Amino acid sequence: MTIHLHGAGLRHGQVRALDAVSLRIDKGERVAIIGPSGAGKSSLLHLMATAVQPSAGRLELLGEQPWVLSSRARQRLRARVGLVHQAPPLPPRQRVITAVLAGRLGQWGTVRGLLNLVYPSDVPGARQALAELGLADKLFVQCGQLSGGQLQRVGIARALYQRPEVLLADEPVSAMDPVLADHSLALLNRHAQDNGVTLVASLHAVDLALAHFSRVIGIREGQVAFDCPAQAVTESLLDALYANEQLASPPTPGPTLTVQIPRC
Amino acid sequence: MLNADTRDPAALPRLLLTLLALALLWPGLRLSELNPGVLLQAENRQQMGGFVSAFWPPAHDADFLSLLSEATLQTLAVATAGMALALLLAVPASLLASRALSLRAASRGGRPGLWSRVLRMPVRGLLVFLRSVPEIVWALLFVRAVGLGPTAGVLAIAITYAGMLGKVYAEIFESVDQRPAHALLQSGSGRLMAFFYGILPGAAAEVVSYTVYRWECAVRASVVMGFVGAGGLGQQIDLSMRMFAGAEVASMLLAFLGLVMLADLLSRVLRGRLA
Repeated sequence: MTIHLHGAGLRHGQVRALDAVSLRIDKGERVAIIGPSGAGKSSLLHLMATAVQPSAGRLELLGEQPWVLSSRARQRLRARVGLVHQAPPLPPRQRVITAVLAGRLGQWGTVRGLLNLVYPSDVPGARQALAELGLADKLFVQCGQLSGGQLQRVGIARALYQRPEVLLADEPVSAMDPVLADHSLALLNRHAQDNGVTLVASLHAVDLALAHFSRVIGIREGQVAFDCPAQAVTESLLDALYANEQLASPPTPGPTLTVQIPRC
Repeated sequence: MLNADTRDPAALPRLLLTLLALALLWPGLRLSELNPGVLLQAENRQQMGGFVSAFWPPAHDADFLSLLSEATLQTLAVATAGMALALLLAVPASLLASRALSLRAASRGGRPGLWSRVLRMPVRGLLVFLRSVPEIVWALLFVRAVGLGPTAGVLAIAITYAGMLGKVYAEIFESVDQRPAHALLQSGSGRLMAFFYGILPGAAAEVVSYTVYRWECAVRASVVMGFVGAGGLGQQIDLSMRMFAGAEVASMLLAFLGLVMLADLLSRVLRGRLA
């Protein structure tokens, strides 16, 4: 078993982001997390990535409990987990190649990390990771010159270059056009299948989640609303997941599609 | 005019703050015994006029120019060597003092733990101590320890400027976007690597600009320390002023102006490369 959450909760001050979430995700599974805005999808992924400490409950990751390990051992564990950020935090003046190669800093020693700043140590590796995402020509461009969708692809390339055992993606395609989004998700899934990597991605676009992932978890108000195979997701489940009482004029249910997709 | 529609709620506080600042300034002027009227008294005007009139033309005989170039080079060397020694201490100290590299802060939304704050305090205290004693005092101390000459100036600049550079570097590291470094720490990289890949790209331009500005200040400080016997341009200015050789003072001030302009140019070129 790769990820095991046991009654995990997370608070940001007074706000309860996650409430007693229990989940088991096995090695090699590919899971999509869907849910309305602010439901706790990002919090859940950051929790799994050991980026934040749960304020209640327990997290087991790759057979270890990250928050009882020493910080050195936890850093070693973190190097085996990759997180793709929704807006990849890359310094605007950093070149794309440096940003991608930084994915393996957890595995490299200090000397190799420093030498890599002087001269990029693995140009072919970075170029290959970017080429799969159609960005090979941007290898030596500064990150600040890229668009939001291009930055997201750089973030994905960095996570792929890291070669993690667990790949977590927080809305990895939210700034891409539909074709690119489809291609990038297919690439992530192919990479996961070929290398036995566990893949968990949160998505706004329900159709992408159902098309690419075998298991879908619905999150609403910090709790798991449903957790089932993609084939078993029904329209009534989705309606209940995305129902929004706060909107002034709820859209009238159309005859064909009742799913509200906030953003593609 | 000040009816409810057009009234700015910040206007009254701003007015009060301005009055408060003026009220605080007045006792300051009294305490510093500032009286510009003294400058206009006939005797004082004559004294200053006599000193300044000797400035033109600046001294330019060959003997003096070779002396001047040697003193200028010595001043530059004192400032540069002092800065280099200061950086040796300031860079590690700033990394230790900065909260930007706290591992716990990366997973707690930027708030470091209690221990990391306690452990940073001695480093911050050391930096405060180094810069709280003015470099001229260090220079007087070192002139007694190692004798007259540039060595005392180099050591004085190294000690004071290590304190200033370390403090400001640490604050620059904290003021840039922390998310790149946090993301790297969260994916298992070490703290030093998170600094080089996550913090430094954003901080480099400001660090370079401040360093060059401090180098310019070090040039000025080394001139001042020359007056207490630490060599360089300052010592020559002191000698010439004692001999009322206004022409020589003028030449040396021109050389000094050239040094500051050089520092300004260097800063602009480096910032242009990095920004």
